[in-house]
Amino acid sequence: MNTEQFNNRDVGNDYFLVDIEDYPATGWGRFKRVIKRSLRGELFVGLWVVLREMIRFDIHTIKYPEEKMPIGPRYRAVHEMKRLWESETERCIGCGLCEKICISNCIKMDTKIDENSRKEVSEYTINLGRCIFCGYCAEVCPELAITHGGEYENVSEQREHFIDYAGMLTPLEKMTQGTQQEFEGFGAITPHEDERIKKTPLSY
Amino acid sequence: METAYLIETVVKIVVILLIFSALAGIGTYFERKVLAFMQRRLGPTYVGPYGLLQVAADGIKLFTKEDIVPTNVVGRIFKIAPVITAATAFMAAAAIPFLPTFTLFGYVVHPIVADINIGILYILGIMGVGLYGPLLGGMASANKFSLLSAARGAAVFISFEVITGLSILAPIMMVGSLSLIDFNDYQINNGWIMFTQPVAFILFWIAAFAETGRTPFHLIANDHEIIDGFGTEYSGMRWGLFFIGEYANMFFIAFVIPLLFMGGYGDGSLLGALGLLAKVAFFFFFFLWTRAAWPDVRPDQLMWLCWKVLMPLAVLNILITAIVMI
Repeated sequence: MNTEQFNNRDVGNDYFLVDIEDYPATGWGRFKRVIKRSLRGELFVGLWVVLREMIRFDIHTIKYPEEKMPIGPRYRAVHEMKRLWESETERCIGCGLCEKICISNCIKMDTKIDENSRKEVSEYTINLGRCIFCGYCAEVCPELAITHGGEYENVSEQREHFIDYAGMLTPLEKMTQGTQQEFEGFGAITPHEDERIKKTPLSY
Repeated sequence: METAYLIETVVKIVVILLIFSALAGIGTYFERKVLAFMQRRLGPTYVGPYGLLQVAADGIKLFTKEDIVPTNVVGRIFKIAPVITAATAFMAAAAIPFLPTFTLFGYVVHPIVADINIGILYILGIMGVGLYGPLLGGMASANKFSLLSAARGAAVFISFEVITGLSILAPIMMVGSLSLIDFNDYQINNGWIMFTQPVAFILFWIAAFAETGRTPFHLIANDHEIIDGFGTEYSGMRWGLFFIGEYANMFFIAFVIPLLFMGGYGDGSLLGALGLLAKVAFFFFFFLWTRAAWPDVRPDQLMWLCWKVLMPLAVLNILITAIVMI
């Protein structure tokens, strides 16, 4: 199932003004209107329309648990933490921008200096009970590390359960299969970025 | 009265009761499916193959649901009203020949409970009594929506009794009998009454929608303005009886219209019997079809239609028929 038919909102030039006759003022005019409406066969038009749809059998029901509507790539569901494609280490550099920008104060992170004297994320939680899914954290992230995912079916006793760092991180099997999905929403690189990029002139 | 006749009649009654109670259930299945397909939905799909067992599931639900009799209702009348609807619907079936006479194991079966010589009058009368179900149920419910529905029901039924009565009068004048079997036999030689009495046919058909409370005239239990009308306060099998009565009524009317106007079962051959069933299926389907296609009319529009359009037409039809016959 593709999203094209839902995304196409161009109605073209099919709009037109309906001819509305003036209301009849006299009894004879009303009588004529009744005769006209009774004999115009509009009822049969209605009958034909529904019968046509029945014969055509173009059913639009989506049997939800078995079939799902595709969601847009920019959909902002529960967060994901992405890994680098090359080294399969986590992208997050612990800069703390997402924690700063979060307008509902639901991101909480702790960092430490590891043995290679690199900054490492020691603790990272998102309180989904507070999160309003605004997408600022994904937009501000310089490394495209925290993004939104497309997973909208979450079942748990508490919303907070979803959101430990290990759970958000792309599993390693996914990396070996190469199936990590890049986020196309806020903060992501647009598809034709390579063509648009210009070299910084070194001399003027 | 001989014993064999008595036994035969009882068996016929039981068979008709069982078949049409079951058909009422299956009718809801078809209604949901047909409406769904016309609205580009799927309808019931999960219970059983193609959702066929949905009927059974609904039946179990209706039977096991708590029977609530609210505090302020008039108890006895509240309890008897659904029975009136169901009973009158099935009583009307007594004078309907469902199939031509056939021979089963050397025994001649007349698939009609009682071939009384006032068949049509009896059917119309019993359907008129059917008014008391919605009327009493609505008035006893101590609910303003039910009361509105009862008032509407009384207005609609009484008005359209006039239309059914007057529209059927012209064919009766032609046939000279009130028995549905005589109607059927008359049409073997003289062609379908539908072609000689088109106005009566259409008027009777329109009135059938009002008598059964189907969609263009569904204002007795119009969900979007008066909830379920007279059925609002009912639950469980009491509501189920209203339901069975309504659907049985639809089937019986769908039998009566072809019998009166469209040749019935013809000469009584197998083909004729199948033809009758096909016509019944069409008329039942048409009830569902209009529900998907047409909007409801307001009560005042319905009264306007009845008294200012249909009744004069019916009277004119009778006059013209009389003049032609003389």
